[in-house]
Amino acid sequence: MKEIKIFDHQDTRSGFGAALLELGRNNKNVVALCADLTGSLKMDAFAAEFPERFFQVGIAEANMIGIAAGMTLGGKIPFTGTFANFSTGRVYDQIRQAVAYSNKNVKICASHAGVTLGEDGATHQILEDIGLMKMLPNMTVINTCDYNQTKAATIAIAEHIGPVYLRFGRPKVPNFTAPDQSFIIGKANIINEGTDVSIFATGHLVWQAIDAGHKLAEIGINAEIINIHTIKPLDEEAILKSISKTKCVVTAEEHMRNGGLGDSIAQLMARKLPLPLEMVAVDDRFGQSGTPDELLVAYGLDAEHIVNAVEKAIRRK
Amino acid sequence: MEVKSFLFKTYSILSTNDGQQNIKLNFAKKVFMSEIEVLERTAVQVRRDIIRMVNGVKSGHPGGSLGCADFLTCLFFKIMKHHPAKFQMNPPDEDIFILSNGHISPAYYSVLARCGYFSIKELGTFRKLHSRLQGHPSVAENTPGVRIASGSLGQGLSVAIGAAEAKKLNSDKNLVYVLMGDGELEEGQVWEAAMYASAKKVDNLIAVVDYNGKQIDGPTDKVLSLGNLKAKWQAFDWEVLEMDGHNINELIDTLNLAKSRTNKQKPIVIIMKTEMGMGVDFMMGTHKWHGNAPNDEQTRIALAQLTETLGDY
Repeated sequence: MKEIKIFDHQDTRSGFGAALLELGRNNKNVVALCADLTGSLKMDAFAAEFPERFFQVGIAEANMIGIAAGMTLGGKIPFTGTFANFSTGRVYDQIRQAVAYSNKNVKICASHAGVTLGEDGATHQILEDIGLMKMLPNMTVINTCDYNQTKAATIAIAEHIGPVYLRFGRPKVPNFTAPDQSFIIGKANIINEGTDVSIFATGHLVWQAIDAGHKLAEIGINAEIINIHTIKPLDEEAILKSISKTKCVVTAEEHMRNGGLGDSIAQLMARKLPLPLEMVAVDDRFGQSGTPDELLVAYGLDAEHIVNAVEKAIRRK
Repeated sequence: MEVKSFLFKTYSILSTNDGQQNIKLNFAKKVFMSEIEVLERTAVQVRRDIIRMVNGVKSGHPGGSLGCADFLTCLFFKIMKHHPAKFQMNPPDEDIFILSNGHISPAYYSVLARCGYFSIKELGTFRKLHSRLQGHPSVAENTPGVRIASGSLGQGLSVAIGAAEAKKLNSDKNLVYVLMGDGELEEGQVWEAAMYASAKKVDNLIAVVDYNGKQIDGPTDKVLSLGNLKAKWQAFDWEVLEMDGHNINELIDTLNLAKSRTNKQKPIVIIMKTEMGMGVDFMMGTHKWHGNAPNDEQTRIALAQLTETLGDY
């Protein structure tokens, strides 16, 4: 297992905020909308420097999505910001009709996704958002793993024409991907090449997968670890290539099993290459209050659970 | 030259709507008609189109479509600055219209076709498989003139606000118009948008409410009363105008008044009194034709009340 250098610990949402400011400076068509969570979304720097391009809509997310869709008619590239729950579930029909079906160039940027939102509890911890968004035709779905990648992804989606759902989170987590990375939508990143199992992870669980990779190496298991930052479109080629080599799979995500990354990979494998598959994901239940680290353990999403899933998958080979 | 043929030319000129007032008037004079009469006759043809379109597929929403025929005709043939022959999704220099109550698509499509966005022959494809003229407006099929999907209600005002805000950023002085149904005002998003538009002074926007007092389940007063609608909009700090949606003179005057009141720090709403089913006697005075198409015999009776003026598609 190769050593992965940690630059620092930062929250992924700060990567979004930093990139949004950069976009503001480089692209006059970039506009930002927020539903009363400017500080939480780290959009304050953009709002301060470009007040004429920052739209505070108040606690009215449905209106925010509609306004964003309308702004594209003037050639604008709107970035909406609020928590993942209010970015998706609360406004599903607005996104469906005015953004996805209408194929508008809106970037729905969602923080505080998953259980690592922490103490606020289940009302705010959406675990269904990837599923909701990936079911929409025209929608691209991205879930980044650290600060640097979130920053790179934010820049990249401004160049992509079409609706995008960009999912990131609240807590400070290891920042380990390259600061100068080129983010290619739909292209998986191989973090560690291995031969015994393919671990496909997304979002915060990429680091947990790396942690698991070290633990597995200690017991003689050589894991291939791949960061699937783009859930839709899925990098089928990279996934199938890895699976052909390792012959068993573990998926890891901070999301419901139903509708998540594992679900997408299971569908792909069922069609193209059926092999043992274990999914590390939330098992059809709501979240609860707790610290992010406690919740990762309680919901079976930490490195230890990934190790267990790998052992199970290998046994099924 | 017979009148019908003259009228065709008149409307094809009208359809360009690029400040060719003199040409319009000259043609109208030649056929001894005022501009008002021309618009009235156009609206009658739009009503014929609506009846024939919904009858053609035995589905659709004739009631509200008939009620908005006069307004949409005035807006597209007289009031708006737009370029039907060269439709652009993101137009740099023209007014934008957003239809929020997407179920009145028959009226919308008829007016779009009649003013030149696409061939009137295409109206015959309404609601059919692979048609650009979906049951509710869609941009997925690249229908000229349609810039946003609508049908799920309550969303159009927000979209219009977005388009208006973008125009301000672009220093584009053209306006954004949006039409909503009155039953649609039961959706909460409308009031989120209403609050936003006044708070943020979106004053390059003219919203119109089709106030026919009816929705699928019955009179709005029985389903969910709108109460004092004018007072509600005033309480949201909008400038409120009212007009008779079937009086062409009044429609034009009120819309021009609304235009003159733009850029004065307030969004504008016009509460437009209409009659659902207007123009077809058995469809008026009831909510029953909101979403029901007439059968062939009913269509024959309806069309007998609507004289063909521009030629059927």
